[in-house]
Amino acid sequence: MTQTLKKFPVYLVLLVGAVLSIIPFLWMVIASTHTTADVFATPLPLLPGRELWNNLARLQKETNFSQVMLNSLVVAIIYTAFSSVVSAMCGYGLAKFRFRGRGLVLGAVLLTMMIPMQVLLVPLFQMMASLGWVNTFQALILPFLANAFGIFLMRQAFLDFPDSLIESARIDGAGELKTFYRIVMPVARPQLAALMIYTFISQWNSFIWPLLMLNTEDKYTLPVALNTMIGLSRVDYSGLMLGSLLATLPLLLVFIIFQKQFVSGLMGGAVKG
Amino acid sequence: MTGTLLRPTRRLSGKADGRAGTRTSARRRRPGYWFVLPAVALFAIFFLYPLLSSLWQSFFSTTGGVSTWVGGAQYMRLFHDPLVGKSLFNVGLILVIQVPLMVCTALGLAYLLNQSWLRFRTGFRAIHFLPAVTTLVAYSLVFRVMLATDGGAVNQMLGMFGMSPVDWLNSEAWSRVALIASITWRWTGYNMVIILAGLQGIPAELYEAARIDGAGRWAIFAKIVIPQLRPVILFSSITSTIGALQLFDENFILTGGGPNNATLTPVLYLYKVGFQQFDFGYASAIAWLLVAIIAVVSVVQFVIMKEKK
Repeated sequence: MTQTLKKFPVYLVLLVGAVLSIIPFLWMVIASTHTTADVFATPLPLLPGRELWNNLARLQKETNFSQVMLNSLVVAIIYTAFSSVVSAMCGYGLAKFRFRGRGLVLGAVLLTMMIPMQVLLVPLFQMMASLGWVNTFQALILPFLANAFGIFLMRQAFLDFPDSLIESARIDGAGELKTFYRIVMPVARPQLAALMIYTFISQWNSFIWPLLMLNTEDKYTLPVALNTMIGLSRVDYSGLMLGSLLATLPLLLVFIIFQKQFVSGLMGGAVKG
Repeated sequence: MTGTLLRPTRRLSGKADGRAGTRTSARRRRPGYWFVLPAVALFAIFFLYPLLSSLWQSFFSTTGGVSTWVGGAQYMRLFHDPLVGKSLFNVGLILVIQVPLMVCTALGLAYLLNQSWLRFRTGFRAIHFLPAVTTLVAYSLVFRVMLATDGGAVNQMLGMFGMSPVDWLNSEAWSRVALIASITWRWTGYNMVIILAGLQGIPAELYEAARIDGAGRWAIFAKIVIPQLRPVILFSSITSTIGALQLFDENFILTGGGPNNATLTPVLYLYKVGFQQFDFGYASAIAWLLVAIIAVVSVVQFVIMKEKK
């Protein structure tokens, strides 16, 4: 009895925390099913309304939302695929080969993790302008393909990989590349999955660079499209909430399906030492 | 032991296999380059070159489309620019208030969520982590709508308790509160999960030994949990600090840096100077100020980490 009483405050704290965590989500869902007037009405609507399809149709008509969503998905998926391969290759090279300049490359990778990407904004912008790449997807993808964090993560993963396995593949006559993608990559699948999820999320969230690069609606990614919606003279708030909800859904799905990799991907090797 | 024994030999053999070496190591050397090459080439083109270019440009004045060498003048400008001062002050405020508040909350939550007797543990953990799943721009928009002065959800809730509406996004003091509250909402669960992983790394024997010695719950928390978690807490604090120094999405969406620049951050200022005023030289100087600050934070982190080991 006294035990239960002692535990009560703990449950209370956790319950309050849970409610605070969930309210903005609930509000996002509720607001996206009402008209803009209802979003600010007194009393607030507490249950979902009937405007979801109207809001969706309007959102689609005004911002070409399906195109925007597709852009975001395409950019994030292509970026994730290529960036993971580049990271894994570099991490493998650093972990399993000895060659001149290896220390230099590793040092440079560690150093670049310390430098904020904002330093690159001005010169990268000029570079993209002179290449004629402004408002293209390759401008979003290429400059950030080599990801220091990813390289470091994959190097850590491959350091523990047994040399004997690589050796035996070589003895069996497999070339270096074949050894890499047939023997090494499959074993590092969990770390690779975590890295891919981390990379996907960071690209999905990416805002300041696409904001600088993209200038026509047909190329917008989600965050950029949402931002332009608040610049309009009459803001469509319920459409905006629906857009926010749709921008969050893919991450929520990834979280639900890949909970374990999602968390370890977000954490990166944070809690190793 | 083995590490110290091996180190000198490894250094010697490293030099040897640079020339002759055994047959396997000779075969293993060359492909190493090919694996590293794509990343190195990308870094050289899209990182090293822009980095040097940014440093070079910070010594020029670019107003009016013409570049003139001005030496360190852009850096001198930083010291006399009240907006640089204000943006640093704003970030400083976040560092002093938000980071400790968030890390302590995350620590508390993680500790509670690690109790073995807790029911619905997985459910509670997932819900507390949920905010970390939202897209930065999307959650900032939701907060912007919820914090609207007239009819915003937050003010309506305050009204139910008889409180008058707060001008969240248009008053200097409240806009800072709103920004701090939003960041805390988004990132507390994320830090909680990191600390939780750290908690699970504490060996159970430590708790048992302490209990046998008659330590109470608070003694265990203060004498075992906190010291064991020090590297994790430090990691959380440092990444949160660096995150705050790079803040852009949230204040750009919530307030645009207003009112009266109360939520201006260095990155938002850099964006305005560089891409609204097209003063690339000065924007580069601001960028390098940021590099310097983050470098200092990283070095401090490195030193503290090393000391503890």
